Amino acid sequence: MADEPQLKPRKSVAFAEGQTIVDGDGQITSTMQTNGEKDSAESHSKPEGDQSVDEVTAMFEGLAKKKKKKAKKEEGEGDEDGEDKIADDGEVDLSALKKKKKKKPKTTEDDFEAKLAEAGAGGDDAAAPASEEKEAAPSGVQDGDLVKGTGIWAHDDTKPINYESLLNRFFTLLHDSHPDLASSGGKSYKIPPPQCLREGNKKTIFANIAEICKRMKRTDEHVTQFLFAELGTSGSVDGSRRLVIKGRFQQKQIENVLRRYIVEYVTCKTCRSPDTELNKGENRLYFVTCNSCGSRRSVTAIKTGFSAQVGKRKRQRA
Amino acid sequence: MSIENLKTFDPFAEAGDDNSGQTSRENQSGYIHIRIQQRNGRKTLTTVQGLPKKFDQKKILKVIKKKFACNGTIVNDTEMGEVIQLQGDQRKDVQEFLVDKKEGLELDAKTIKVHGF
Ligand SMILES: [Zn+2]
Repeated sequence: MADEPQLKPRKSVAFAEGQTIVDGDGQITSTMQTNGEKDSAESHSKPEGDQSVDEVTAMFEGLAKKKKKKAKKEEGEGDEDGEDKIADDGEVDLSALKKKKKKKPKTTEDDFEAKLAEAGAGGDDAAAPASEEKEAAPSGVQDGDLVKGTGIWAHDDTKPINYESLLNRFFTLLHDSHPDLASSGGKSYKIPPPQCLREGNKKTIFANIAEICKRMKRTDEHVTQFLFAELGTSGSVDGSRRLVIKGRFQQKQIENVLRRYIVEYVTCKTCRSPDTELNKGENRLYFVTCNSCGSRRSVTAIKTGFSAQVGKRKRQRA
Repeated sequence: MSIENLKTFDPFAEAGDDNSGQTSRENQSGYIHIRIQQRNGRKTLTTVQGLPKKFDQKKILKVIKKKFACNGTIVNDTEMGEVIQLQGDQRKDVQEFLVDKKEGLELDAKTIKVHGF
């Protein structure tokens, strides 16, 4: 029965700065970029020395393409706006919020990507050699081990080094000496997905609200208040700090509201860091202070607004 | 001829909301709130709160009812003023209607806040 409370495998909300790609079987992978420009730059220049990276990048391209197509389809149906975009298996990708569409330069890549996408459907192994072929051709002349400093990388070699090799060297060195700069690992921020159970027929239990609030560094009360205001309902907290919400809500719906909460009350608008604090400032105003860049902004208090009278009208009149 | 330096762009403006400093607001919050509430079972209810006073709520309701094939009423709330109540989840439709330039109210999308799940 659909009404059965089901405990789904733990999913996570990814707050990676780089593109986060969700695999079909629920694996989540983040590309190693810190910003959008680098993304396209790196995917152009596949490091020749590092086949595994090559393969991974190729895989990403195929996946990214697939995901974009999916997104387009969703738009066509016109049922959700960009914010509510959720991957099939329920993974939430907050980074998609801002940079849903990355502009890829339209060069020969177009058919290359199409090929990749095709190959990706059959198996990712097939995609890798294709990309190597393509990438190895222009830089075949430029030999040498950049780590050991031989060939074109020798100190006294005067042969001009082409752009792709240089770029490749840059990323290799970056990965080696500053892995945290090259990867989004440091910035990635995950909160567990909300666990929703059904209590009876009319109530929903949001089981791990305490854990989520702890991760976001917000009080349960504030989050609860926001949830109730947004969902247009009320509820209570039970003995083990679980939130009992009146009404039937799915995990996806709670997730959407939480995501909005994060955008509004958690992330820093200046540097997008989720490492922030919410304090009550002067004149009853709430301020979000960022722990990474120090910026401070005021946030609106949560207002419940108009709430229509639902049911029980007879009882209230009497 | 336009000189790049003379554009009236405020670099210190709050990121995200451009109207933060505006004073011409219809009521204290200035926003139109579209909310959803659950009723029994799968039934839902949409409320539209804070429509500008210059519009006749009754007429708007009439158009909406016809357009989205749903019933609805106007509730007079002591705090929030007149609130349009519609049957079912009409949030998206109402939002589009309020923004629509041709047959809608031509409101600014920034002043509309859609709540709910
Ligand atoms: Zn910040």
